[in-house]
Amino acid sequence: MSKQKMDERAIGYWKANISLIGILMAIWAFVSFGLGYLLANPLNGIHIGNVPLPFWMAQQGAIIVFVILIFTYAKLMDGIDAKFDVNE
Amino acid sequence: MSEVMIWTIVWVVLSFGLYMYIGFAARVRDTKGFYVAGQGVPAIANGAATAADWMSAASFISMSGLISTMGFDGSVYLLGWTGGYVLLALLLAPYLRKFNKYTVPDFVGDRYYSKVARAVAAVSVVFISMTYVAGQMRGVGVVFSRFLGLDINMGVVVGMIIVAFFAVLGGMKGITWTQVAQFFVLIIAFIIPAVAISAKLTGNPIPQLGLVFSDIVPKLNQIQTDLGFKEYTQPFRSRSMIDVICITFSLMAGTAGLPHVIVRFYTVPNVRAARYSAGWALLFISLLYLTAPAVAVFARYNLIETLHGKTLTEVRQLDWVNSWEKTKLLKFDDKNADGIVELKPAAKDSEITIDNDIIVLATPEIAQLAPFVIGLVAAGALAAALSTASGLLLVVSSSVAHDIYFRLINPNASESQQLLVGRIVIFIAVVAAGYFGINPPGFVAEVVAFAFGLAAASFFPIILLGIFDKRTNSQGAIAGMLVGMIFTTVMIFMMRSVQLLGTATPIMTDFMGISAQGIGVVGLILNLVVTFAVSRATPPPPAEVQEMVESVRVPRGAGSASAAH
Repeated sequence: MSKQKMDERAIGYWKANISLIGILMAIWAFVSFGLGYLLANPLNGIHIGNVPLPFWMAQQGAIIVFVILIFTYAKLMDGIDAKFDVNE
Repeated sequence: MSEVMIWTIVWVVLSFGLYMYIGFAARVRDTKGFYVAGQGVPAIANGAATAADWMSAASFISMSGLISTMGFDGSVYLLGWTGGYVLLALLLAPYLRKFNKYTVPDFVGDRYYSKVARAVAAVSVVFISMTYVAGQMRGVGVVFSRFLGLDINMGVVVGMIIVAFFAVLGGMKGITWTQVAQFFVLIIAFIIPAVAISAKLTGNPIPQLGLVFSDIVPKLNQIQTDLGFKEYTQPFRSRSMIDVICITFSLMAGTAGLPHVIVRFYTVPNVRAARYSAGWALLFISLLYLTAPAVAVFARYNLIETLHGKTLTEVRQLDWVNSWEKTKLLKFDDKNADGIVELKPAAKDSEITIDNDIIVLATPEIAQLAPFVIGLVAAGALAAALSTASGLLLVVSSSVAHDIYFRLINPNASESQQLLVGRIVIFIAVVAAGYFGINPPGFVAEVVAFAFGLAAASFFPIILLGIFDKRTNSQGAIAGMLVGMIFTTVMIFMMRSVQLLGTATPIMTDFMGISAQGIGVVGLILNLVVTFAVSRATPPPPAEVQEMVESVRVPRGAGSASAAH
């Protein structure tokens, strides 16, 4: 493979990686800082079971989403690694 | 001797025996084994080891207590100490694994092609890790004093001896496999009492479900209101929203920048394993972090119900009250002399003073669980403190022995010389940590929070830019790291001058509404701005460094290092 083609591949790979990171980080910020803090006062009247939604998000929900986000990233990157042929 | 004490000794001796066996079986003779466990640790095992490394005495002992007192605002610890793993998994860990060296200063030194940068990084690692390890020693002291009747300072000394044994003998390989065992001990010890209390108070054995679907939270909110406190679930009752956001972000970035956490991702076989390993780590961590807020609610409810409005003679008949009163972490003072003890919002009126650190340790007793369960808690707390301490001491040792001694002072040192220096440094570090454990600057979780501010303001930004911005150069990184660290340190000293400098009042109460715990965010932003600006104003990094950045961005080629293992 030519040097130029390899560079193009690396650039494409990096762009795909960056946009995936961007999407996942937006979800990360929304569930923690958004639902947990910034919207805490307006959402305080909404309940999950017997617990106010912001309290539940900040002490339970966001943490569950964090775990899912990391595994999602690992899984999707497996596919992106293979697509750009940079996998191990 | 009480039944609880017998069970405590049984569990502590059994678990210590297990760790010693593992530590001895996995002992090492080369620096690669000593620093990065030969890079042969599978993703799931590394996840469990990371979780144990991560969950400290603060997580195990202090966090539920803090949340119990803070209510909603306790979320700063829950979100801060878990959300950082998302940053780590997406932004740092895979690339650092591809980089394929031993320490965090290795990356800083090579990426910024500078001995000064390496030295600054190595000194920061030592400083951050020592701050953090002091909290662990304090935790060990609290556990020994309560459960085995030793003086807290004596407990710290016992902890020092045990930690020295593990860390000196085991190196990273021994520490890793010991931490896997410690993870199971600490998580079982945390969850069993939580399940029992949940079943008792809510009728649901799963604490997370008991919390949401029973009426415990509304009941607690009601009790709090009746006693003159704000509702437990009321957001921002003790701190402003901006402060809560800054503390949380500071803890997140600090988590991702803490050297003893980052270095764990050097121990896995390849980049893919580093990504999954971060997921396993957070999954294991979340077992405790999703349980702690439920325990906090149950403990708060239980404590008020058990103590408030009872007579002094009545409460002193309880075994756990007697034993905790002896440690001076629980105090009664019948201020209005009516013979009844009352919990009040203002410390000066309250007749009950409860140290946050005893919430987790005392709750099983308050809930009158079986002695063998209560004894287990001590072993769990010790596992949490010891696993974190050993991980921290290892990075202190690798920074001094590898980065300062081998890379800067004596590049011709043989393997055995390097190992010897590493072991000597661990020993000295243990003694220093013990000193700070005996003379702590604050309670356990607070001491630890300072380490985060510093990690957030120094390592996180320059590692991030080192990977994502090819143009960042040596001049920028050194300037940024110094500005971030100095600003954060000065701010913390000014805001905590009462504890740290002995002034009568704090020199400064906050910085634009941000407290000492959240100040790391400002340090982080300053670091980013300075690094970026100085890099643009000075020449770009050399071609080979730019090539190195391109190479860490691509996974292929990282596996070779572990092929022999």
